[in-house]
Amino acid sequence: MIADVVPTTTWYLVLGAVLFGIGAVGVLVRRNPLVLFMCIELMLNAVNLTFVSLSDRLGDIGGQTAVFFVLVVAAAEVVVGLGIVISILRRRAGLTADDLTELRG
Amino acid sequence: MTLVVFVLASIMVLGGGVGVVIMRNPVHAALSLVLTLFGVAVHFVAMEAHFLAAVQVIVYAGAIVVLFLFVLMLLGVDKVENLRIEPLAVQRPLAAVMGMALVGLIVAAVIDTRDAVLTGVGGGIDVAANTALAEEVGGHDANIRQLSDNLFSQYVFAFELTSVLLVVAVAATVLMTRKLPDRPDDGGGGE
Repeated sequence: MIADVVPTTTWYLVLGAVLFGIGAVGVLVRRNPLVLFMCIELMLNAVNLTFVSLSDRLGDIGGQTAVFFVLVVAAAEVVVGLGIVISILRRRAGLTADDLTELRG
Repeated sequence: MTLVVFVLASIMVLGGGVGVVIMRNPVHAALSLVLTLFGVAVHFVAMEAHFLAAVQVIVYAGAIVVLFLFVLMLLGVDKVENLRIEPLAVQRPLAAVMGMALVGLIVAAVIDTRDAVLTGVGGGIDVAANTALAEEVGGHDANIRQLSDNLFSQYVFAFELTSVLLVVAVAATVLMTRKLPDRPDDGGGGE
């Protein structure tokens, strides 16, 4: 009976892998820095999913603690990254990652 | 039932993820990101990580995505991006190949080590088996108890360090984005 099938850890790990791949492809093909940040968030979420599924699988709460720290670091990363984007946009009009080939302000 | 939850949440996660990558309007991409984050939160609930599910909704969907939307609106960059222009002709096919290869490698490793993980631990394989483990610690708030126990004993030093990280991030952002005074070499001081 198909309703009795219970999703195992492997399913979650595969889902996390696919989500990580989507995020990685997004980082490679998109050129808007803000969308790049969103794709990085996708990859972080894929890793979080993997952490929690293995934490559940192994009965070890340490994986969920790691996710907690990933959340904190992701928040700090977004704050700093958006600050950089804002200060770049103050100096030049265009906003694609291709325009930012030099470190010169 | 768990299968239905898994399938529906996975559709949310993957649909949102694809949406972030292919949406031409950055605001739509941010809203697709919300869909993904909610799907991941549903998965967290299914895996009994209740605290992280709540934090996922509040911090990620509530704070981080709002920050994204705020910056999009503030900068006025919520224009539709023309995705047809591609300066590097080979970039997209290469990126697709690399993504496929990455996913293929990880999935192959997961499938390959599936049994190794199984023998390494005596616990159950599925969500239902772990419920017993959670309940033996006790009560409906077992997840939060376990997490806080772990966080404030084993990882308390790392927890304290995150406060340093947050202060540094906030100070750096304020310093970076404030309007410069007339004399650039002013150093500290107010606006």
